[in-house]
Amino acid sequence: MKFSHESIEINAGLLIVLTLVAISIGGLVEIVPLFYIPGTVEKVDGVRSYTPLEQAGRDIYTREGCYLCHSQMIRPFRDEKLRFGHYSLAAESQYDHPFQWGSKRTGPDLARVGGKYSNAWHVQHLKAPRSVVPESIMPNYPWLLENSLNYSDIADRMRALKKVGVPYSETAEEYQANVKKFGQELADRFNINLADESLLAQAESGNFDGDRSRLTEMDALIAYLQVLGTMVDFSQYDEGYFAEFR
Amino acid sequence: MTDKQTDNAVQTTGHAWDGDLQEFNNPLPRWWIWAFYASVAFALIYWILYPVWPVGHDYTKGVLKVSYESNGKTVTRHWNTRAKYIEDMQTGEESLKQKAYLDKVVNASYAAILSDPDMMAFTRSIGKGLFGDNCAACHGSGGNGVIGKFPNLVDDSWLWGGTVEDIHATISNGHRGFMPAFRETLNEEELDEVANYVLSLSGQAVDATKVAAGDKIFNGQKGGCHFCHTHQATGLKSVGSANLTDAVWTIADVPHAADPRHKLEAVKAVIRNGVQREMPTWKTRLSPEQIKLLTVYVHELGGGK
Repeated sequence: MKFSHESIEINAGLLIVLTLVAISIGGLVEIVPLFYIPGTVEKVDGVRSYTPLEQAGRDIYTREGCYLCHSQMIRPFRDEKLRFGHYSLAAESQYDHPFQWGSKRTGPDLARVGGKYSNAWHVQHLKAPRSVVPESIMPNYPWLLENSLNYSDIADRMRALKKVGVPYSETAEEYQANVKKFGQELADRFNINLADESLLAQAESGNFDGDRSRLTEMDALIAYLQVLGTMVDFSQYDEGYFAEFR
Repeated sequence: MTDKQTDNAVQTTGHAWDGDLQEFNNPLPRWWIWAFYASVAFALIYWILYPVWPVGHDYTKGVLKVSYESNGKTVTRHWNTRAKYIEDMQTGEESLKQKAYLDKVVNASYAAILSDPDMMAFTRSIGKGLFGDNCAACHGSGGNGVIGKFPNLVDDSWLWGGTVEDIHATISNGHRGFMPAFRETLNEEELDEVANYVLSLSGQAVDATKVAAGDKIFNGQKGGCHFCHTHQATGLKSVGSANLTDAVWTIADVPHAADPRHKLEAVKAVIRNGVQREMPTWKTRLSPEQIKLLTVYVHELGGGK
């Protein structure tokens, strides 16, 4: 049979295969080069993996579907800078698996919400958003304060993330590499063998939910929210520096 | 239509189903074909102008250029959103317009800003955005606050002072509002008496004998309330203690209490548990210009002194 347009149209299997080929060319050309073109990920100081408590909070963030209404990517436009702060860098989400960029903003972008509000405000706002922002349409999340944080599998979660490139340490060599890269204090936090101790210590010293007697999901979520967008100190870079990577 | 069908002017795919069902093989509509060619032409032009194709470890940069200042030098680079952003921030029409106003406001004294309608119009418009982004989360988008949690900024009652200098200091450095808890110092009876006295200060109907007893605790050694709230109970700006005589309530929700008993309970709860509130420091997050604009905005919200 002569190969023609007609032979594609009347053969469903062939049509599907060729459609997939045509579509994947777009993905291959647009996405794959980003993995090897230098400069995709900017060279900046300060970006680190999440501590066990922050990672537990991040898992709650994804569990509750926060990403359905909140993006975590500030675009390089003047209006976004004025409202949310400096635009997001690729480097800032290099340890995010999965990333939380998003493009659906029913609520505001959260890429730089860290440090903007007090822990007490976050507790009140997550429990009952309208008690602090009357016009808010965000749902109440009262169970975050009621549920004790289940961190029994945090070491496994860190191991899984380590497999995809997040610098948590399990062996002595990996630990030493982290000490060199992040300093002793953070390297201890990224040590999978000490995950439970590290998580409890940070919750104790941070007291994120304002109640020292209990470790709740609220503690973890606020620890995560308070670190968002705070890792890079933008005052030490000239604005032109980031444009050199494009 | 029917004519065409009968005279076979239109090409068909050659099949006939159920005897007379045929599929026409019409050419694509002309507008569609031309839109298709136009989109191909658009893509070709786009490839020339903008960064597009990955080539090895690099990519085609396109012929469009963007210039901006970086480290005191003029830099020209291929078109990209980051360079466009810097250009927009430095020389964009809106940025320059805003910068002209910002320079004017930064170099003017507070008195000059407050008396200049043009600068005030600018402050109101930019202040609304700044307030919405940074302050409204606690104080509310209108500045009404939340009784018991965050102070109201639209009335003319100020804990830490309502002059522009006071407001500037409050925004820049933040404050910690503190009142000790009296649950160990005073028993239920005494709490009741002090609460009666406090309510009497702003003219609430209360029990006269208890007021007299509460007066002794408030202004004596036992309670020592007067150290911060003063003997006149008008409060001290230096420690942010509340004026108790003005019927403005920031912590105890007296205005929403259903009856005198609930009013009393609201006041007692505050005395029993004390107060711990924090206004964050903003000088590390906001620029001096932004703090200045916010100061004027908050001053104008209500009853700036």
